[in-house]
Order: sequence, then structure tokens, then C-alpha cells
Amino acid sequence: MIVEKDQPVSKPRSISTLGFLIPLAALGLLVFLFTATNPLALFRSDLPPLESLSFDRIKVTPAGFEVSLINSGPEPVSVTQVTIDDAYWQYQISPSADIPRFGKATLTIPYQWIVGEPHAIRVITSTGTTFDGEVPIATLTPTPGGREFLAYGLLGLYVGVLPVGLGLLWYPTMKRMGRRWLGFLLALTVGLLVFLFVDTLLEALEIGAELPGIFQGIPLALFAALLTWLAIMAVSSRQGKKGGSRGLVVASLIALSIGLHNFGEGLAVGAAFALGEAALGSFLVIGFILHNITEGIGIAAPLVPTRSDRPLPPGTVLEDEKPAAPRLATFLGLALLAGFPAVLGTWLGGFAFSPLLATVFLGVGLGAIWQVIVEVSGLLRRYAERDGLAWVSWLNLGGFVLGLGIMYFTAFLVKF
Amino acid sequence: MKPSIQNNPVNRRDFLKLGIAAGSLAAVAAGTRLQNFSQNAQETPTPDATQHSVHSEGSHPDPSGVVGEVDLSLFDPTHFLTDFDWGNESTLPDGRTLREWNVVALEKEIEIAPGVWFPAWTYNGQVPGPTFRCRQGDLLRVHFSNGSTHPHTIHFHGIHAPGMDGITPVVNPGESFTYEFEARPFGLHVYHCHVMSLKKHIHKGLYGTFIIDPPQGRPPAHEMVMVMNGFDSNFDNENEVYAVNTVAFHYARHPIQVKVGEPIRVYLSNMTEFDLINSFHLHAGMFRVYRTGTNLEHFELTDNIVLGQGERHVLEFTLEYPGQYMFHAHQSEFAELGWMGFFEASQ
Repeated sequence: MIVEKDQPVSKPRSISTLGFLIPLAALGLLVFLFTATNPLALFRSDLPPLESLSFDRIKVTPAGFEVSLINSGPEPVSVTQVTIDDAYWQYQISPSADIPRFGKATLTIPYQWIVGEPHAIRVITSTGTTFDGEVPIATLTPTPGGREFLAYGLLGLYVGVLPVGLGLLWYPTMKRMGRRWLGFLLALTVGLLVFLFVDTLLEALEIGAELPGIFQGIPLALFAALLTWLAIMAVSSRQGKKGGSRGLVVASLIALSIGLHNFGEGLAVGAAFALGEAALGSFLVIGFILHNITEGIGIAAPLVPTRSDRPLPPGTVLEDEKPAAPRLATFLGLALLAGFPAVLGTWLGGFAFSPLLATVFLGVGLGAIWQVIVEVSGLLRRYAERDGLAWVSWLNLGGFVLGLGIMYFTAFLVKF
Repeated sequence: MKPSIQNNPVNRRDFLKLGIAAGSLAAVAAGTRLQNFSQNAQETPTPDATQHSVHSEGSHPDPSGVVGEVDLSLFDPTHFLTDFDWGNESTLPDGRTLREWNVVALEKEIEIAPGVWFPAWTYNGQVPGPTFRCRQGDLLRVHFSNGSTHPHTIHFHGIHAPGMDGITPVVNPGESFTYEFEARPFGLHVYHCHVMSLKKHIHKGLYGTFIIDPPQGRPPAHEMVMVMNGFDSNFDNENEVYAVNTVAFHYARHPIQVKVGEPIRVYLSNMTEFDLINSFHLHAGMFRVYRTGTNLEHFELTDNIVLGQGERHVLEFTLEYPGQYMFHAHQSEFAELGWMGFFEASQ
């Protein structure tokens, strides 16, 4: 139909609804035709079924092993046999040995495992394809009970809340330091954060890469990071308009992002203990305390009052000029914000480790840390400009390097 | 029948890599840094765990072995044990016996353990192929035709003209060839496909036993054929299933019935691929070994004999007490992956 330009066209509503529906209907028809006629039959007549089975979690119980499997492939998978350390073994499977796509099943395998030794669990499907899981060190998997919950929670407190709290105790000292040294501290904080950013990124990529293909682990981590970054930007800009203390906002952001990072550390510690790495435990805990104590300094740094030594240009508005002296509750809150996720992490890592959740959380941590690096750098820059100093001074650079260095070398205690 | 995959080994292998990657997720369950920690394995066991290693509550007395049943209507190793194929027998003008067989190479999915299907290449639709039996001096004609999608041959062990040895001509799909030679020397021989890649063609199932009796025959006995074999079900050049006569643990679940005191003769050959040796160990009894079966004087009395790939021996023994006598590869790994069974002796 040709419509003349100057002629007013009144589009009935029904037409536009139809216009919206037509492509959808066509899509439905296409999908129907495709599945009905199966034009790809030519390509796949000789292909083996594409099976993919993921070991989600292996629990070591007094009676043997409990293995949860996920079918992460495009087609149903039939579990037929199981071997433990290259020996066929009896098993039970529920709800069914035929696992549909995205379906789950739990294998129960009676086995007299040997304390402290590794065991290899292999699942053989109807096509003879094998999928391997490993118990790196056989020891009873903790079951969530009151006592265990408390123990793992304490562990989290030790590696998370405690060191951050200890670091915050330096606040009075920091307050007495001169202006230049505050810049140094902020630069040090940036150094710490850059280290944590790289560390978290690598961990997210590592776990993400090992997720079953359908979950697209690495994009998942990166998108979680991107969304978190954008969300925090939105939140913090709103906070800025409200006219609250800029320093406290930044400190809270740092605490939050460090908390997300500590969540990842909690996961590692919890899972380590659950898998019988308890011998390393005390060493690991002390390592994390030293590693994380500097995080407290980073959180406290933006809270230090920033009275300038020099007269200010008229009309300068400084939001931090008269900060309400942070109360004890504020510090407690910050310590919890940064440290408590480690407790959650140890619980999750100890009782129900999920690589999928871990990837998402690490991605979230990544985005948060990035935004905090931007915020703290901005703060550092504003202070420096206000005082007429170069923001990338040798002193600040020294702080940055020291921050990186502290994290790098204390990480020796917790990485092997 | 499941789609056969022989044309797409690459696809299957790639897909297997996927599986391996997925499998390693278990390591992820260990947390992010855990594999690094695992160097320290010698920690003090917790009280709970120590207790566990002493007794395990709720565990079955013998929890090892496979789960489920094999469909024996397709291939029954118990029947195969005593299934000797003497061929079509006729007498030649010169008085010699002529034996003829028709053999077809076919692709077929076979069940090697309950529920586990292997895309096999077979002679006459079974693995091992038929047990050919004849007497020394017989003239043998094997009419071989290839009904599969790959070139194959039959290579017989023994003494014959090189042109009948199954190297050339290669029998392409749809083609056929007749092997003709005189049966000699007496003994226990094997046959298998000899097209490259040899390892693939043999381990996919193209092999069997070829028995030439001495002219005067052997003393009467309860005779049985055992082919030690293995299956690389995921194509990683290692066997996932070991057995005698293909089906994992078949004779453990269906013990071989014999009489106390009766002479038993086992024609034992090793057609296992990937593993250099295999072995046969008899519990609570000793057997006489006739190496390659080519001498009527026995070589030794033992309860454990090791065979390299393609090696075969005749074993003779009697079981003196009623009850179950275990037999298995003395490579414990093979035994636990399916190569284990029982003789059940009754009065």
C-alpha cells in the first residue's frame, strides 16, 4: 500500500499489535518446521551423542562417597558403571541413572576410603564415555551441625573480621599523621586494592574456566563485575548528592568491596578445611590475618580528617572539612562489612561449595574493587590538587608500591 | 542400535576432552587454591576418620563389581565358552578333510559391561569372533567378505603361504576374499585383522581363537575357550573394561559349572591391546601349561601364567573339592576392572 506523504495516516491499534506479533508467529513456525523436519539429520546421523557430566560436589561420608552430578551437555546421559581407583564398584543413584539435560543425580558409593589418600572416582556412561572426579585427600566432609557451624564461623572471624578490625585500630595514629602522609596512606590503599583486583580477577577466571560450558563462567564473572561497577557508581553518585561525608562513603565502599574479596578468601579457607587441609589451618589463618590487616588501614584512610596546612582559595567547598568524628559503631560496622563476608565464605566453602556461586561472587568483588580503586584515586587526586601538590609524587608512588609489596609478600603465607 | 561412530573419531575425542574438563570440576569443589594445599597429606587423622578406617558402617560385604545386568540374548559368554565352530566339513578327492567357513566383518554395538555399549568391529557380529577348530592336515577355506565401512583382513597365525597371511590383499568394504591353507602345526592359534592401524583394528574386536587339534586328538576333557580382552570405551588408549570373552565379571556372576575331578582344558589366549601383558591365575588349584599347545608334553605346573599380546597356551587341570574357585588376571587392576570369574565344581 502506498501512502501519500501529506495524507494523515491513522494506524489502528490492532494493526500495530499485529505487526508486533507477526515476527513472533513466524519465529514459532520456523522453530516448529525445523524440529519437525530436522534438516540437520544429514549432519548428525553418525555423530556420537554429545555427553557432558560435571562433578558438582563429592562428599566423603563414613560409609563412602556421595557424588552430585550435573548433566551439562546437550543430551540426556545414562550412568551405567562407576569405578573407584580403577576398580568397578557398586553404587546407587537417585533419582535416576538417566540424567536429563540440566538434570542432577546423586551417586551413593559404599567405600572404605583411606584417610589422607586421594581417590579417583570415574563414571562410565552407556556409550563408554568416562567422566572423572577426584577426592584430593580423603577425610570426612563436615556436615552442617551446630558445632561445625560455630567452628567455621570462628574461622571466618579470624581471617576476616579480626584482621580488618585490627587494621582499623591504626586510625588514631593515622589521624595524627601530616597531610602528606595521608596521601601516602591513600596511595598505599590503592596499591593494596590493585593487588586484590588482580588476585580476584585471576581467581574468578580460574573457577569460571572450570565451570561446565553451559554456564559460560568467564563471561559470567566479567558481567557480574561490570554490573557491580555500574551499580556502585550509581549508588555512590546518589550518596554524593545527598551531601553525606565523602570520606565515609568511600570508606564504606572500600569495606564492601574488600568484604566481597574476603568472601572469596573465606570460600578457599572453608573448602580447604572441609577437604582435610586442617594441618595447614593455623598457618593459613595467621597468614590471612597478616594479609588482611592492611585492609583495615585502607578502609580507615579516607576517614582521616583532611585539614589543610595552607590557607585555602576562597570559595572552596570541602565536604570533608568538618567530618563528624567517626564513632566506634562506625568502625565496628566497617569491620563487619569488610570481614563478615569471610564468615559467609567459610560456611559456604565448608558445607556447600558451589563453583557457580563462587564465580558470581568473585565477579561482584572484582567490579567493586575496581570502582573503589577509582574512588580512592579520585580522593587522593582531589586532596593533592587542593593542597597544590602533585598527586603522583614520589611519596605517593612509594605508598602505592608499598601497598602492592605488602600484599604480594604476605600472600606468600597463603599461596602455595 | 546406537549410531555407529567409526567415521567420527575426532568428534568423539574432542567431546571426550570436554568430559575430562568437566570432570576436573571436582577439583573446583576443593575450592580455589586447594590443589595447591594437597601436598600436605600426612596430617593426623581425626578421631572420627580413624574409626572409619577400621570399620565402615552400612557397607556391603563385597561392594565391588558392576551394577545391573548384561543382555545375554545378544551375546552369552557362557555359551561362547564351549562353542567350537568346525565349519562345513567335506572330503576332498584325495581323502583329506575340507573345512569351509563364511566370515563377514560387521560393525556392531556390543555390551561390554551392564549398560556400557562399545562400537565394535566384529567377525560375524560377535567379539571374540567364532572359535575355528580343525585337525592338523585339514584343508581350510575361509570365505571372508567385508560388510563394514572400513577395509579389513583375517590374519591367521600358523604356517601357510604368505599370500594367505591376511596382509594383502586388503579387503575393502563390499569386497571379499577366500583364504585357503592347510591346518598346521597343531596347537592353539589366534586370528585377527591386520589392517593398519593395527592397534585400532584389533582392539575394536576383530580377533578370535583358531584351534588345530593334533592328528590323534587330545585326551577327552571339559574344554573351553577363553580370550583375554579389553575395551577402550573412551578411546584414550587405555582399557576401561577387561574380561575373558568380552563381558566384565560375566563368570563371576555366572560361574562356570564343572564336575569335581573331571579333566578341564582351557584354550587361553591374550588379545588385550594397550597393556603389554595379561595373566591367568587359578585359586585353590594348579594347572599344567602346554605352551602354544604345540607340544603334548606339558611345560610346567603352576597356578599363574603370564601372556604377552598374542600369546596363548593350553591349560589342563582338575578341581578336587566342590565349591567355587576364583580365577582372574593377577594384574589386580585388570581383575577389578572386570577380568575375574569363578569355576563352580560340584559332585
